Amino acid sequence: MEDFDDDEFDGPIKKFMYVNRKAPYGTVYALEGLEVVLITAAFDQDVSMVFVDDGVFQIKKDQETTGINMKNFSPTYRALEGYDVEKVYAEKESLEARGLSGDDLVIPVEVLSSAELAELMDAQDVIVSF
Amino acid sequence: MALLHTVNKSPFERNVLSDCLRLAKDGSAVLLIEDGVYAALEGTSASDEIISRNGSIKFFALGPDIEARGLSEKPLIDGLTLVDYAGFVDLVEEYSSVQSWL
Repeated sequence: MEDFDDDEFDGPIKKFMYVNRKAPYGTVYALEGLEVVLITAAFDQDVSMVFVDDGVFQIKKDQETTGINMKNFSPTYRALEGYDVEKVYAEKESLEARGLSGDDLVIPVEVLSSAELAELMDAQDVIVSF
Repeated sequence: MALLHTVNKSPFERNVLSDCLRLAKDGSAVLLIEDGVYAALEGTSASDEIISRNGSIKFFALGPDIEARGLSEKPLIDGLTLVDYAGFVDLVEEYSSVQSWL
């Protein structure tokens, strides 16, 4: 049996976009979505992560969950960079509707308008939504 | 006797808060819990829903859910009261019945 060497992966690189649209603790979508991104980051694809609608609340800083007995997974978003997920975006309209700005977030993101996000979405090979 | 209404959905994703306020009488109370606490934020596209009934309805939000979502340092709507779990129990006791808007 041949040894598997992931440096020799020569399949086509596709553009993957993960779209996060749910607030972090009311449903399990946000946590599951984050885990999927971290797992698939191992496959050396062109990955973008987008926070839109209530998804922008996932990366709100100052989360303190001891009072609700749930794991605070917001620090895990800081690990994305270490997994070479460097294209991280938030939609400007979603932030503004919720009284948030880039300063409220736990990781640096590129803030895009709806029109810019629509263009980026249009250019993807695969879109996975949580 | 007046009702205690609880709302646990984000006002940006669902219409639950609007549905609740349409049927909540003056003199009743609304307690925001879980993702419902996002409605407590000042300066959002949803803030006016609560502000327009402020004074005729008493508004509360569950503190642990505010803290969990990182909202402790953000401005909340004037007149809205934070309660802890014991305060939640006190509200349930104080009002005649609880209507959970799911």
